[in-house]
Amino acid sequence: MIRLNGEPSELDAGETVAGALAHLQLAPDAQGVAVAVDGEIVPRSRWATFALVADARVEVLTAMQGG
Amino acid sequence: MSSTDLTSTPVRPGEPGTPTGRALPGGAGAAAGPGSDAPADPLVIAGRTLRSRLLLGSGGFPSLALMAAAIEASGCELVTVALRRLPLDVGDAAADRDAGRSPSPLLDILREAGVGVLPNTAGCHTARDAVLTARLAREAFATDWIKLEVIGDEDTLLPDAPELLRAAEELVDDGFVVLPYTTDDPVLARRLQDVGCVAVMPLGAPIGSGMGIRNPYNIALVREAVEVPVVLDAGIGTASDAALAMELGCDAVMAASAVARAADPVRMAAAMRAAVQAGRLAWGAGRIPRRLHATASSPEAGLAELS
Repeated sequence: MIRLNGEPSELDAGETVAGALAHLQLAPDAQGVAVAVDGEIVPRSRWATFALVADARVEVLTAMQGG
Repeated sequence: MSSTDLTSTPVRPGEPGTPTGRALPGGAGAAAGPGSDAPADPLVIAGRTLRSRLLLGSGGFPSLALMAAAIEASGCELVTVALRRLPLDVGDAAADRDAGRSPSPLLDILREAGVGVLPNTAGCHTARDAVLTARLAREAFATDWIKLEVIGDEDTLLPDAPELLRAAEELVDDGFVVLPYTTDDPVLARRLQDVGCVAVMPLGAPIGSGMGIRNPYNIALVREAVEVPVVLDAGIGTASDAALAMELGCDAVMAASAVARAADPVRMAAAMRAAVQAGRLAWGAGRIPRRLHATASSPEAGLAELS
């Protein structure tokens, strides 16, 4: 099962990072967002093509109030 | 002469002790009229010119609206943000599927305020995590600037010096503009400068403690130890702490909790702005030496004989 920000998701294996972002109601080129999959950064340029494996851990990060 | 008279012993009667002013571009006093941020005396970090010598943190405000008002009152141009998970609960925010929702209302407000975003690596405990977080921040915010924090202790949130230095070196090599949150250790500050950091951000006291500058002598030594700008970070509790930092020769002050958690954050932001300006002017003006005994400020000659 693909985990999205620590939670189980309905995403299927083979879904792209861009697809995961769409699942979060984000534009495919959303600004102010970074993505890591299994602890590795997925650059913006690869969002459309990077396919997620069945047990991928996807982190979608953005700016929060802090220090 | 040391960069601050705080480190000097009181002058004994009969010793000279002439105060020494420092040249500010455009002239010290003339540069800053009331309410101005001394445009003739800008802060330059890594080639970027900032009119304000006050940096703000975005965390801890009761609301985003109060944060926006405090930013405006502070006059600051650079605000720190943390990188965290996007909330999964999208609510009604995503009516327009093509445009998508805004990932961060915070970013929208900072953009509207016209201030720059300075991402931090808060919460990272290893060089590896901090470097990865910095790279993610670069992806997210399209900036090479990073406020580098590598925390070594949960209770005090003090920096982990070896991990900090390692992360700084790696990030500089990777093209980052690195501003490290560091202890008030002048030797470590110099090491951070040596690996290519564009500024150092020594703490006055632990993050959020509001304890002020616990070791002003060390802050003065940090100022002497490096050429890069020194930004006093952490520990500021109220305006006089910020003024002291500037009087010690710091180039700027970073305030977060002191403003965000004040009873009236907007008024405290204005206070910090004034304090940083006052401290900068006082540093440039050169304070008088401390003396053990009084020095009369009225002429001794010409006294009337009244008895």
